[in-house]
Amino acid sequence: MNTSDILFYCISAFILGTGVLAVTTGKIFRSAISLLFSLMGIAALYFWMALEFIAAVQIVIYVGGIVVLIIFSIFLTQKSGEEMPKPPLSKIWFSFFSVLVGFIFTYYLIHQYGFGNGGEQPFELKIADIGNQMLSLTGKGYILPFEVISILLLAALIGAIVVAMKIKNKSE
Amino acid sequence: MNGIPLTHILFVSTALFFIGMYGFFTRRNMITILMSVELILNSVNINFVAFNTYLYPQNLDGIFFTIFIVTIAASEAAVAIAIIINLYRSLHSVDVDETGELKF
Repeated sequence: MNTSDILFYCISAFILGTGVLAVTTGKIFRSAISLLFSLMGIAALYFWMALEFIAAVQIVIYVGGIVVLIIFSIFLTQKSGEEMPKPPLSKIWFSFFSVLVGFIFTYYLIHQYGFGNGGEQPFELKIADIGNQMLSLTGKGYILPFEVISILLLAALIGAIVVAMKIKNKSE
Repeated sequence: MNGIPLTHILFVSTALFFIGMYGFFTRRNMITILMSVELILNSVNINFVAFNTYLYPQNLDGIFFTIFIVTIAASEAAVAIAIIINLYRSLHSVDVDETGELKF
């Protein structure tokens, strides 16, 4: 076991620990901060896999965008210092056991299948390749999903504005 | 990176998925449910990237799926938070037990 392996296990423990905190903490603001650290840990995992571009995307969009949006919505709608009401104990045990059984079953299947080692040559990610393949019109190109997702982003943008807009009463 | 087998990375992503499921089951607040959904989407991203890196190093398809999932997660979070703020404005609560307006 060399340094890289130890680093992987440290990053994994960090991701899972902060993930558990994010779903179990009583205060909602602490939960959001734990989620932030969990997402940072996932970005660290991408750095560990030498996928710098995906790690940068993760940090910019998740940590810089989505978590900040969630924290803003917490400040707009919640009393962030107060404890949230706890779910009933029977629900906690039911959820815990169903999740545990699901996890054990899924990981058993993964472990049985094994997956082997597919590729011999090392994986290297060039950002120019991503750009070329994203916009290429040949068979392996991703130009159609790219266009569809730009339409989806526009629709989500307008939809979010329309839903959150405050309609003024004409009578006032 | 060569020392770690693929199943260990899949262990992390599976555990993260079921942690998100646990939050989804137990939480009653819409914002925390949204956070659990983000955890689940992230575990899927880890899966795509790990499969691409370990099993098909000559392709880039997992990377593209990851980028698209991140984009969709961003738009999903924006729309969900718009809905949450609108609900809070009309019902003064974002608790899923109290927002049963659309039930018949």
